[in-house]
Amino acid sequence: MDEFFKPSRRAFLRSGAAIAAGTVAGGAAAQGTPDPKITELQDWASYTGAGVDETPYGLPIKFESDVVRRNVEWLTASPISSINFTPIHALDGTITPQGCAFERHHSGAIELSKEDYRLMINGLVDRPLIFSYADLERFPRENHVYFCECAANTGMEWAGAQLNGAQFTHGMIHNMEYTGVPLRTLLREAGLEAAGDLSDKWVYVEGADASSNGRSIPMEKALDDVLVAFKANGEALRMEHGYPVRLVVPGWEGNMWVKWLRRVEVTDMAVQSREETSKYTDVYENGIARKWTWVMDAKSVITSPSPQMPITHGAGPLVISGLAWSGHGQITRVDVSKDGGITWETARLGKQGDTKALTRFYLDTEWDGSPMLLQSRAIDETGYVQPTKDQLREMRGENAVYHNNCIQTWFVNEEGIAENVEVS
Amino acid sequence: MSKSLNLFAPAIGITALGLGLAYGLSSRQYGAQTIETLEIRVQQIEANAARASAEAQTAAEEAARLMSERDQFQQIATDAANASTSLTAPAPVVEGTYELGRAALGEELAAWDVDVLPDGRGLPEGRGDVYTGEEVFVEKCASCHGDFAEGVGNWPVLAGGFDTLADKDPVKTVGSYWPHLSTAWDYINRSMPFGEAGTLTPDETYAIVAYILYSNDLVDDDFELSHENFTEVEMYNSDGFVVDDRPELEYAQWRTEPCMANCKDTVEITMRATFLDVTPEGGGESVMNDATTGDGPVFSASDDTVATTATDETDGLDPTLIAAGEGAFRQCKSCHQVGENASNRTGPALNGMLGRTIGSVEGFRYSNVFQEANTAGEVWTPESLAAFLADPRGTMAGTKMTFRGVREEADIAALIAYLQSFED
Repeated sequence: MDEFFKPSRRAFLRSGAAIAAGTVAGGAAAQGTPDPKITELQDWASYTGAGVDETPYGLPIKFESDVVRRNVEWLTASPISSINFTPIHALDGTITPQGCAFERHHSGAIELSKEDYRLMINGLVDRPLIFSYADLERFPRENHVYFCECAANTGMEWAGAQLNGAQFTHGMIHNMEYTGVPLRTLLREAGLEAAGDLSDKWVYVEGADASSNGRSIPMEKALDDVLVAFKANGEALRMEHGYPVRLVVPGWEGNMWVKWLRRVEVTDMAVQSREETSKYTDVYENGIARKWTWVMDAKSVITSPSPQMPITHGAGPLVISGLAWSGHGQITRVDVSKDGGITWETARLGKQGDTKALTRFYLDTEWDGSPMLLQSRAIDETGYVQPTKDQLREMRGENAVYHNNCIQTWFVNEEGIAENVEVS
Repeated sequence: MSKSLNLFAPAIGITALGLGLAYGLSSRQYGAQTIETLEIRVQQIEANAARASAEAQTAAEEAARLMSERDQFQQIATDAANASTSLTAPAPVVEGTYELGRAALGEELAAWDVDVLPDGRGLPEGRGDVYTGEEVFVEKCASCHGDFAEGVGNWPVLAGGFDTLADKDPVKTVGSYWPHLSTAWDYINRSMPFGEAGTLTPDETYAIVAYILYSNDLVDDDFELSHENFTEVEMYNSDGFVVDDRPELEYAQWRTEPCMANCKDTVEITMRATFLDVTPEGGGESVMNDATTGDGPVFSASDDTVATTATDETDGLDPTLIAAGEGAFRQCKSCHQVGENASNRTGPALNGMLGRTIGSVEGFRYSNVFQEANTAGEVWTPESLAAFLADPRGTMAGTKMTFRGVREEADIAALIAYLQSFED
């Protein structure tokens, strides 16, 4: 193996093991030797397995133990105020299981019980109110699937190819089915007569944890599709995602999805909290920063093959798979290039109609074993085409930190090993 | 509070029934009484009826208002449902409210509603000077932020960084970046110290903020901050932010039908992942990548007409360089046209540019600096064009061309060769 193309140890171990296994099985078939996994009685076909209730709340089988969230220690000062990454390279479909959905805390994840939970609605409302968790369950509720993407997803890559893996370049995202009460229902319960003209009003939403993360949201959005959610993928939210109640702000940056939601205040101006001024603002080349960059623009990434998911089967049929999403609505098309953007083929999309949710795409193709520069490009219902890194840099420079939705390139060599690269 | 028009309707009926009974009773039981007495009774009854009628009118108006408000919310809900897919039918909107939750008490509002707005609303009374602030800061903040607010390890730097916002790695501190002082007070008051949030007194918070201002040379060492002079403090970067302008600058350009074939002439790897194994098995630092960009293959467009079209009409120019220039010119295409039928767009048409007087394209409205160059008879030479392309705003201060400049010298040479290949 060319030493320059050394993959990560895990990828190497996995591909090595797969190649070894392939050699045995394939070689055996070629020589006409029967496969012992078939001809010999295996333990699992003879002994009995685990009884029910052995694991009252099930966990993935041990063979999948490397499909976990991962934190890059040196990125942040402390894991209490940090982020980790969803193993998107190893998932398929669109729904992110809660247990491997990325975490972002500003002062750590807290244990807040339903009994101790209170939600205050105050400010420019007719009746400042306090709701208990039980109160929230008595309002009509809805179910929606939405993606939640941290504004800093892919942020390391502004200055060039950095982290080798889709999990690390694009893993600050998850996609869940939420159950919750429309925020507008709660605002209406408190009454908005006192707010007068709603067009220039805001809601300030705040969490119960020590960071008391707070963000200002324009009233128009608050009355549109924002949910006060208490279930995800059918079960209670996990502690790390804001149990028992979090805000869901579809299509907008993850920081606004306040966890452990404790207060919604109707205001006549943006609060200009720390998280909407000193952070989550995008500095451009001339030193001027953009603020209120809430929407997450259309973006996509190939999850397999990718650095953590090398091609281990050699030339022949190959499924290129990935995820696409847009904060502006539906994904209508995804194109895939194998030559770094010279030519493009349109991929096959999953279920149509999901808005502000992950869309799965596949390009079912033949690999001839030659090197590839794999790229994907998402197009959303507004006609917006995911930009290249050069287009973004030309527009914004390299210091924006947030909102990097560039086209990602994976270099796949003859051996099927993939690496994060930038191309001309 | 009344629930609905349906509740009002029976109430009006009962009032009418009562009035009818009153008339009947009055004529039977009080028949012997004088006409005068009867007239008084009738007048009273008529007055009652009028009052009841007015009340009914008010009630009907209230009901109509509630209906209208309900309809308004129903419309918002319907619009939201139409705009996005839902796994459930949208939540219904009732007339009136659900009467869920309870009124928030004054003490509760006082405890949780503590955010401070940019105009100083929400600040409690109090004061603190720089000297006190230094003591409190060293005791409660310096372990992470350093004695001089310079930051320890990966923890935030709070002071300095002035004039770095346009640099490669901007230092975004309270002094150099934060646009509102209220943000600092609010965040420190609610979320700091890390691990002991909410324990500072108002005076301590004023003192810490005063010290941070002093650390940033924004106030003198005898400065005292209070609720009285709070809004007088001017922040260095208060004008440093613009509201999200992606719709005008980016969406307008990037909502276009994308290229599918021969989109580039050649593609090379320009950068490879910095960190190869991001999260090594044993933990700790990520493993660096020792591969170099030269190790990768070069991809070319299979259609070779791209590189040859320009060569037919050019003398002595390097066809490879011209082809590269055509590629580099893509970054100019959003504003400039060149070649057959080229016309003025955001920027002037560029045919026959080399050797021409600067600012001489007919029908284009040039900036003052170009008009001056034109008057002075300055001419586009490969040298002057190279200087301009490398730093447009530096060489032609006041130019309307908002392009930041071409970074690579090779691209500049290629662009000039490409432009030279087009006659007037």
